[in-house]
Amino acid sequence: MRVALFITCFNDTFFPETGRATVEVLERLGHEVEFPLAQTCCGQMHFNTGYQREAIPLVRRFVEVFAPYEAVVAPSGSCVGMVRELYPMAAELANDKRLLYEVEELAPKVFELSEFLVKRMGVTDVGAYYPHHVTYHPTCHSLRMLKVGDAPLELLRAVRGIDLVELREARECCGFGGTFAVKNADTSTAMLSDKLRHVLDTEAEVCTAGDNSCLMHIGGGLKRQRAGVRTVHLAEILASTEEAN
Amino acid sequence: MTLQRSPDAFSADAGKTPTFEQSAKVSLADTQLRRNLGKATQTIRAKRAAAVEEMPDWERLREAGRALKERVTRHLDEYLLRLEESVTRAGGHVHWARDAEESNRIIAGIAKAHDAEEVVKVKSIATDETKLNEYLEGEGITAHETDLAELIIQLAGETSSHILVPAIHKNRAEIRELFKEKLGARGLSDDPSDLTNAARLYLREKFLKAKVGISGANFAVAETGTVCVVESEGNGRMCTTLPPVLVTLMGIEKVIPAWRDYEVFMQLLPRSSTAERMNPYTSFWTGVSRESGDGPNEFHLVLLDNGRTGVLADERGRQALSCIRCSACLNVCPVYERTGGHAYNSVYPGPIGAILTPQLVGIGKPGPDSLPYASSLCGACYEVCPVKINIPEVLIHLRGRVTRHKQDGGGLKGRLDPENAAMKTMARVFSDRKLYEGAQKAARVGQWPLARDGAIGRLPGRLAGWTESRDLKAIPKQTFREWWKARNGSPENGSA
Amino acid sequence: MSTAREEILRRVRRATRDVPEGERPEDVAVERGYRKEDDAPREEVVARFAERVAEYKAEVRRVKEADLPEAIGENLKERAIERLIVPPGLPEEWLPGGVEVLRDDEERRLTNEELDRSDGALTGCSLGIAQTGTIVLDAGEAQGRRALTLLPDYHLCVVREDQVVGLVPEAFARLEETVKGEGRAVTFISGPSATSDIELNRVEGVHGPRTLEVLISG
Repeated sequence: MRVALFITCFNDTFFPETGRATVEVLERLGHEVEFPLAQTCCGQMHFNTGYQREAIPLVRRFVEVFAPYEAVVAPSGSCVGMVRELYPMAAELANDKRLLYEVEELAPKVFELSEFLVKRMGVTDVGAYYPHHVTYHPTCHSLRMLKVGDAPLELLRAVRGIDLVELREARECCGFGGTFAVKNADTSTAMLSDKLRHVLDTEAEVCTAGDNSCLMHIGGGLKRQRAGVRTVHLAEILASTEEAN
Repeated sequence: MTLQRSPDAFSADAGKTPTFEQSAKVSLADTQLRRNLGKATQTIRAKRAAAVEEMPDWERLREAGRALKERVTRHLDEYLLRLEESVTRAGGHVHWARDAEESNRIIAGIAKAHDAEEVVKVKSIATDETKLNEYLEGEGITAHETDLAELIIQLAGETSSHILVPAIHKNRAEIRELFKEKLGARGLSDDPSDLTNAARLYLREKFLKAKVGISGANFAVAETGTVCVVESEGNGRMCTTLPPVLVTLMGIEKVIPAWRDYEVFMQLLPRSSTAERMNPYTSFWTGVSRESGDGPNEFHLVLLDNGRTGVLADERGRQALSCIRCSACLNVCPVYERTGGHAYNSVYPGPIGAILTPQLVGIGKPGPDSLPYASSLCGACYEVCPVKINIPEVLIHLRGRVTRHKQDGGGLKGRLDPENAAMKTMARVFSDRKLYEGAQKAARVGQWPLARDGAIGRLPGRLAGWTESRDLKAIPKQTFREWWKARNGSPENGSA
Repeated sequence: MSTAREEILRRVRRATRDVPEGERPEDVAVERGYRKEDDAPREEVVARFAERVAEYKAEVRRVKEADLPEAIGENLKERAIERLIVPPGLPEEWLPGGVEVLRDDEERRLTNEELDRSDGALTGCSLGIAQTGTIVLDAGEAQGRRALTLLPDYHLCVVREDQVVGLVPEAFARLEETVKGEGRAVTFISGPSATSDIELNRVEGVHGPRTLEVLISG
């Protein structure tokens, strides 16, 4: 399938390795990946922080860039959540019926990586090899906004060599929440410390998730504590092969 | 335990209410509170999940509850008139109150007409909102809270921190000390059943003496005029049955269409709130039953607006009026679990409070305006809400209203606000590919004084909140798009 | 100056201007796809009722109708009930000897103080709900005024098997006539009075009867 990669501005800038891994996995499965260079940011940070009028041009831009594709895939649950769940609200705010129509046309074609693989393509084994103790944190937007369910876990279970360890209170938010992590830094940190405790309790080497934003938060906390556990995006585990190891 | 006495969102000096961030700092530092709350919310969360698990038709009940509430909000005028007619026909009196002041005047007037110096009250958040107790005190009338938790916080001179379990922040040892001091209960252990018995003895006398009872209402049926109070302890039955005069204060949004609609709400509410199949006691009364001598011989229903019509005017925000005050959203909220209710500075704490409070008191007050930001938008609240209020959606919507209010009404100060300036700049950068790519490079270069071994340990200015507890990943040498362009040769062709 | 009533109604109408002029309340669709009736066999429904009432820490016994008076006598004796509140319409044969019967009737209503000083109340009920283990009183025959089952510290309630319904919606359907007709008060009782206000520890017995006992007769 001809798939457009929506990398997200955050991954583009901070986590290029996740983007590379996503391309690797999709191409390995025979998809033709395109990367429209005109893409920038979906507008989530602006929209969720309240700068919603400012987000509207970004919504228009996104729709324009990605409308021509059969499927749009992103390695981020929360950015896909923005497009699928909140773009209609942005279009209503813009009072633009045409934009609303376009958004509603586009939304069902936009997928988070794991749901694209498992739910859209019916694939769980992507030929990965990853001989590590790994625990999985289901990020809130993947879980509750996109309802990806166990798709990421199904993918992980099919990875050869992996030792998947269950995370206690996994469904609880890590405390990132976008600008929440800065505006309410104290509360965010209180939430993070419980998440870190549960991660450390698993004795895993790696904590993975489908969103680098949450992982940066969790990873930043682990690093500050010199905890000796690293965070790795799901796409990178899926991209990993026996040859590469 | 810190005594929280900052003005709440519904007090006269609501403009001076601290922000959530300010109050949360205090609560988060209170280790006893954190323990008490963590234990309580985790217990009730697990119990609720089990109570819901048992119901194969739970999702269908939620949908029916949501739809019924939507029907009411869209046709509230008609349902209020029907309710007024039904209650009147059943021998009750209906009063309308535009605001807290008017409501208090009406209720005090009724108490005075019966020469009541004392009244007994069953938990009503609406009366906390209108500050009825303080008003009555000013009129020389003592209001006795009869719900155990309400009694505890009334005796402690505190305010509620949870919709359903107002004293969730206090543990048994703290309560024992309080009862010893205020009720003169000697030789009291800290066993919850001993503490409960002390309250029973103290309040029994009040119930028997009171001439006027005051209650809230969980629901009131437009079709029949039947009002309902859902409770556990029996103090609700006492207050609505024993005193010869009963006054019920209800927000105008509490009306439901028909008697049979209870079959939906009485399944949704108990399992969502106390995680029980059914709460111990529910009282339904229809006006007065003078001939049979059952219950009060005079019944007054006060319909309160106090900002609710303002909420109603917001098409997206109005779903907050569907709330049936179960408090499931508080119990699952990771923010509430850590800060407790006082950080919200409102009688309506937690996720529902974060969308209800700023709408009820109006956008433009720093304290209430900070509430929609008191959420990581994790969506746990929406998942459990028995009437499917999309709380995250309304939180985001209200953040937009708050921001636009600041931008449009804030004058020069609003426009010069550093966050506003930064967001505007970033929006401009994101709307142009060349600016965006330029900014990526500039940020990579600009971070060099801060970055060490791929991480940033300390950020300046407003962003310092991040690095107080977390390292920040430094921007790597190559962006994804640079890699892509290099890999695919042609910088301008987007395709592989 | 307009009255509060007029003003609130005006505000409500202004706030809901987006609702189309011709829309009726019934036009807002309400899907009632939830369960309305329990299709389980009768015996299963009654057994579930007994089980769930018991889970609230109420004492439950199933007895044959003919054995009811004896069972009542046993329960009252066990709890050392001497002064018993009795509502109008309670079958005379239920009353055991050896207790002081305080009758509440139209000519002579018991005062709250008398109720408070009694040892307990014996009543029938309007309905039982198996799904939730709930007893429903509607101030009708053999139940009396609400205060009778509220002030005494002990409540013994007799539920006939044919009064037990399966699900909550069945109860509201059966009660509709009473509420719409005479407008009698309805009380749902699910176990004894309780609170979880202290550290969410459940304590039975706050203001209502601290002991609830149920006899299911059939």
